[in-house]
Amino acid sequence: MERWLRGWQPFALLLAALVVAPFLVYPVFLMKALCFALFACAFNLLLGQVGLLSFGHAMFFGVAAYAAADLAKEWGLGTLPSVLLATLLSAVLGLVVGAIAIRRQGIYFAMITLGLAQMAYFLCLRAEPLTGGENGVQAVPRGTLFFGQVDLNGNLAMYFFVLAVFLAGFGVIARATHSPFGAVLRAIREHEPRATSLGYEVNRFKLVAFVLSAALTGLAGATKAFVFQLASLTDAHWQTSGEVVLMTLLGGMGRTYGPIFGAFLIIALESYLADFGGWVTVLRGVIFVVCVLAFRQGIAGTAVAWLRSKSLER
Amino acid sequence: MQALFSQLLVGLINGSFYALLSLGLAIIFGLLNVINFAHGALYTCGAFAAWLLLEYAGVGYWPALVLAPLLVGLLGVAIERTMLRRLYRVDPLYGLLLTFGVALILQGAFSLRFGSSGQPYQIPAALQGSVDLGFMVLPYYRAWVVVCSVAVCAAVWWQIERTRLGALLRAATENPTLVRAFGVNVPRMITLTYGLGVGLAALAGVLAAPIYSVRPLMGADQIIVVFAVVVIGGMGSIFGSIVSGFALGLVEGMTRVVYPEGSDTVVFVLMALVLIFKPAGLFGKAA
Amino acid sequence: MKTKLMLVVMLAAVGCKKEEAASTTAPAAAAKKSVKIGVLTDMSGLYADLAGPGSVEAAKMAVEDFGGKLGDLPIEVVSADHQNKPDIGSNLARQWMDVDGVDVIVDVPTSSVALAVSELVKQKDKVFLASGPGSTDLTGKACSPNTVHWAYDTYALANGTGKAVVQAGGDTWFFLTADYAFGQALERDTSAVVTATGGKVLGSVKHPLNASDFSSFLLQAQSSKAKIIGLANAGGDTINAIKAAHEFGLTKGGQQKLAGLLVFITDIHALGLETAQGLNLTTAYYWDRDDQTRAFAKRFAPKVKDHMPTMVQGGVYASVLHYLKARQALGAGNTSGAAIVAKMRELPSQDPIFGAGTIRADGRHVHKMYLYEVKAPADSKGPWDYYKLVREIPAEEAFLPLEKSVCSLVKK
Repeated sequence: MERWLRGWQPFALLLAALVVAPFLVYPVFLMKALCFALFACAFNLLLGQVGLLSFGHAMFFGVAAYAAADLAKEWGLGTLPSVLLATLLSAVLGLVVGAIAIRRQGIYFAMITLGLAQMAYFLCLRAEPLTGGENGVQAVPRGTLFFGQVDLNGNLAMYFFVLAVFLAGFGVIARATHSPFGAVLRAIREHEPRATSLGYEVNRFKLVAFVLSAALTGLAGATKAFVFQLASLTDAHWQTSGEVVLMTLLGGMGRTYGPIFGAFLIIALESYLADFGGWVTVLRGVIFVVCVLAFRQGIAGTAVAWLRSKSLER
Repeated sequence: MQALFSQLLVGLINGSFYALLSLGLAIIFGLLNVINFAHGALYTCGAFAAWLLLEYAGVGYWPALVLAPLLVGLLGVAIERTMLRRLYRVDPLYGLLLTFGVALILQGAFSLRFGSSGQPYQIPAALQGSVDLGFMVLPYYRAWVVVCSVAVCAAVWWQIERTRLGALLRAATENPTLVRAFGVNVPRMITLTYGLGVGLAALAGVLAAPIYSVRPLMGADQIIVVFAVVVIGGMGSIFGSIVSGFALGLVEGMTRVVYPEGSDTVVFVLMALVLIFKPAGLFGKAA
Repeated sequence: MKTKLMLVVMLAAVGCKKEEAASTTAPAAAAKKSVKIGVLTDMSGLYADLAGPGSVEAAKMAVEDFGGKLGDLPIEVVSADHQNKPDIGSNLARQWMDVDGVDVIVDVPTSSVALAVSELVKQKDKVFLASGPGSTDLTGKACSPNTVHWAYDTYALANGTGKAVVQAGGDTWFFLTADYAFGQALERDTSAVVTATGGKVLGSVKHPLNASDFSSFLLQAQSSKAKIIGLANAGGDTINAIKAAHEFGLTKGGQQKLAGLLVFITDIHALGLETAQGLNLTTAYYWDRDDQTRAFAKRFAPKVKDHMPTMVQGGVYASVLHYLKARQALGAGNTSGAAIVAKMRELPSQDPIFGAGTIRADGRHVHKMYLYEVKAPADSKGPWDYYKLVREIPAEEAFLPLEKSVCSLVKK
């Protein structure tokens, strides 16, 4: 079962579904889901593999969104260069934040990331020339690709760009997970002192994982800024951090494909309940509670366990 | 100079809320090893409980000061009994996620029922009016807030650090099995402790109701600052959280005079500094 | 791996070609089944009382008064809650226009959301009738041929309240400003008027939107010794600031007075006359002004918990009515937003809310404004009887003169 999951078949299935989807479903909804799916997968790299729960990932998402938006709108940089530069900025921010936060573990780590993210949020609020304060950065031009050959203003063209970005990011995460590097991360998660005794520089591994997670989160945020042509404070708010935790928890922590399902499901739910704004918060809370109490493996985890039990029966 | 004194006094008033809230949080964390993310929402519950008591039962401010924390404390007990208890054997992160979910449910429910704008709640007649201190006018009610908060914090601290019950609590944190062997009902103690922490949050809510508007989101942004306070004070230290709470209020007040734009981020800067130089917190024991 | 990559690229190329095809056939293919009016508003937040469900009712009333149909097409009113967040608002607007066939978006309190929506509406060539927001940027540097700004803007309020208060002796000001686009615009415009009328601005302090505690900001206002404390904020923030000022005794002794730069009758209702008396405010609509306004209010109130309409809700009514009239005159076939707005500009508007009005080249709807003072409790004959008229401001004076506009659509 596990080996099948690690192979190319599930990836091909997912790819096929995603390629066909925009012709059946409103592409902007799909693009939002893909950005958040990448966000969730990047977050899951830290949580599922290393066991570090960061409650502040929205800061990377938001800062990258602002950076990409500014680069494209104010500095006239192309779409792809803006996204890449924003990702780089996110990685640097990840390095700084990680260096402070890695010093502690478990709940402390979560609190620290939350506090630092809140500080970043207030800085975004204040830095009006760069972030537009409460207005956000608006009217971000979608731009073009391949030196003007492909106009991204059309929803379909934009969708395939986002899909490509998602696949690239997901590819990096999958590669990192199923590699010796990933194995060391999991070893650290399971028993840090043992990993240290085996000679691994635990803090360095954790920091690398953190920076990678931050960078890919930034990639998701920068792309999102172009999809909606808007970077706003909501992107950096702690509620967004909470949302990605929820997506990962629901989808299945530590599973490769889990967060993707979690992201799509949550975005779909919010879209469906858009008219009933208040209910969305309550529902999010209920899902959290139910998942933590009774559904800790998430969708992907439960599905795999069920399939495994089926194959054992045979 | 006048500006400094007045801002410091206002800061002290804000600090009273921080102290009460971080005290409750520290107690819960100290004994249950749970970060109670729902603390902000329970603070909101306290304020709404006071408002509801007045609106539907005609119960005024003074009885509400006792009733609201009791009622919300009972809610806390229910939460602990039905949900938190199941998570003690699992990674503490799940406790955090659970309380986060509870916070969302409570916040969402209040928003649905009451909308985002505030409900009015009057300052009780006995405390209306103000006194002119020369450098500023101090409303009586705000002075009461400081007095009440200091009294409650001192009482709780004394109870935990200096009485037999408190000693039992502290022992149960360190070695529940042994304490149980002595015939003490540890699970019940844990439940009551959670209830106490929640009750403190609710008390802060009742104190806040007349001066901050009673809004569903009143606890949401407050809670993150309170987390930072607890980290600064030292996660398990009761004394540390009380002192840090008041101290932060004063520091914020000073910041508002010197560099007003930085007043909302100063707590996080402090938190980062404390973490770099003294990771266990100012009063915490080394992890 | 390589084959999969090539597959994706090929499909993408095909997809883009299809998109070009799709976008050219869309207008003809989209057979319009109805005229949809989208009320994008704040249903549960800071501005829910002055806009919110009341705005939806106002839109429905306008549709009713128009006859419910445009030619053969029925008129539908849909609504959504933007929660005062620009990304939620712009997402809703985008989905409405892309998927749900909404032709015109109305209301949108909160300037940051309005600016985002205005940009989107321009891209999709629909219509935006903004009665909720206050930022002059909507008819200034962010003006658009698809947007009409109704009811009020920060200049009109600054001009009304600012000028009159300075002329009455309040010549030193200190601002308490909400730290976002609208608040800053209000402070900026009022400062300009105060200085032009001969007053002085001693300073200002910015507070976060939705702040719960105003004590430290009010202390700064107090220590400035300015005669007037200008409240450059709205909704719950204004209410809380006025309450806190009352609590700290700021206005006792008469040395300092409050000037509410954007106050709605729903705010006065929440504060009570005891706390709010003497407050000067400017508005475009007061329910008790004349027979027509009273008739409208009488129809409106029972639908909205017996609240009297605010100028925002009145603005929704007036703008929807005028839009429908313009579309009828243009003919049902033409759905271009810019064309409809051009027609709206051509036709003078007349409604029970604002009386007679016109729409200028920059999208600004121009009408009379009124300066009121809040009555003392003794002078009020019943609930909602809150204002006494101080001054009528003629339409030509009330808004930013067209020559001073920075809008690119205004020919100089």
